[in-house]
Amino acid sequence: MITLETLTVTVTGLDAAQVEQWIAQDLVRPEGAPGAWLFRDIDVERLRLIQNLRRDLALQEEALPVVLHLLDQLYDTRRRLRRLRDAVEELAPAEVREVLVQALRRA
Amino acid sequence: MAEDPYKVLGVPRTATDKQIRSAFLKLAKTSHPDLNPGDKNAEERFKAINAAHDLLADKEKRARFDRGEIDASGQETGPPQPPPGSRYRQHADGPAGARYSTGFGADEDDLGDILSEMFRARAQANAQAQARRARAGADHQYHLTVPFLDAVRGGSQRLSLPEGGTLDVRIPAGLVSGQVLRLRGKGGAGDPPGDALIEVEVAPHPFFRREGNDIVCDLPVTVTEAVLGGRITVPTIGGPVAMSIPAGSDTGTRLRLRGRGVPAHGDVPVGDAYVVLKLVLGGPDPGLEKFLRERQDAPAHNPRAGMEDAA
Repeated sequence: MITLETLTVTVTGLDAAQVEQWIAQDLVRPEGAPGAWLFRDIDVERLRLIQNLRRDLALQEEALPVVLHLLDQLYDTRRRLRRLRDAVEELAPAEVREVLVQALRRA
Repeated sequence: MAEDPYKVLGVPRTATDKQIRSAFLKLAKTSHPDLNPGDKNAEERFKAINAAHDLLADKEKRARFDRGEIDASGQETGPPQPPPGSRYRQHADGPAGARYSTGFGADEDDLGDILSEMFRARAQANAQAQARRARAGADHQYHLTVPFLDAVRGGSQRLSLPEGGTLDVRIPAGLVSGQVLRLRGKGGAGDPPGDALIEVEVAPHPFFRREGNDIVCDLPVTVTEAVLGGRITVPTIGGPVAMSIPAGSDTGTRLRLRGRGVPAHGDVPVGDAYVVLKLVLGGPDPGLEKFLRERQDAPAHNPRAGMEDAA
């Protein structure tokens, strides 16, 4: 985990005040407390994504929460699907898996 | 080896900064890997688009590339930043992604909850259906022979049950053999009680028979009635009625009594009654014998015409 200071050095072009704003909006959720934030890998990458969206893809600041929320829902679904897949893979007998594959393919 | 950045963005070598920027934005939006997490090609496309844009957006790099001083990958300049938007996905797809879950029952454990709830609800529904079946009384089967006229006109009949007791059965008009009457709740005890299923058989009648909704009766007539015609009384299911026989009627003549058949029931309109005449000699008749013997002008008539070759 890294501090806000380290973060702004690691990710070039990232503004500390801007990051604080995104945290206040709950768009980024580091650990720690105001003044002593600790960013995990996923937070850093999320900030890179936000920066990417805002600067490189010219996404308006107002649209950022909407886009992130939709993305979060998408990843929620992907994680849940993966869990389901893992459970089926681990627990279902081969013939059940085969039947499932057939049924899903038909649909 | 990276592709020609102009080709990647689809712009001419003379493109302005603005044209390059707008081409890049257009392509980047459709291939951003974090926005298209299921599309494997999106990441490669996006990397190429970004690399091309990085090179062409930088006046100095673009000039050097145009002069052939650096190749399309142009890697030597600047600290290597990770390609944008290619790494968030790796975290978001993993367990760490739960950090940014939307909270709409999207917590990873919820998937188990959702599934177990589904399975539990189904198991409960099955158990309930089974319990319902177990509590429900059995249907009882009975057999009942109904007199012809009751079956045609409708009525009611008392059925003595083999297990003791009786059952009053309402017979609907127009009943036919093989029909099953269901008496709700008159079967085996239970919750709900079972039904009594009564299969009926219609007994034949000595002179009426049913043809669809019509009632047919073979009616014996005397030679005199057949030859001379006249008014006679005929039985119908509703009681005797008077009718005229035309003179010269033969055996097999069908006469109709409109509306005297099976009463209307359900959507079925009332049927007709038919009498089929049958000549009956009624024993020796000396007067008739004498007349026929002395008769000189009997018409030549062969009622068996056409039957000679039948064998």
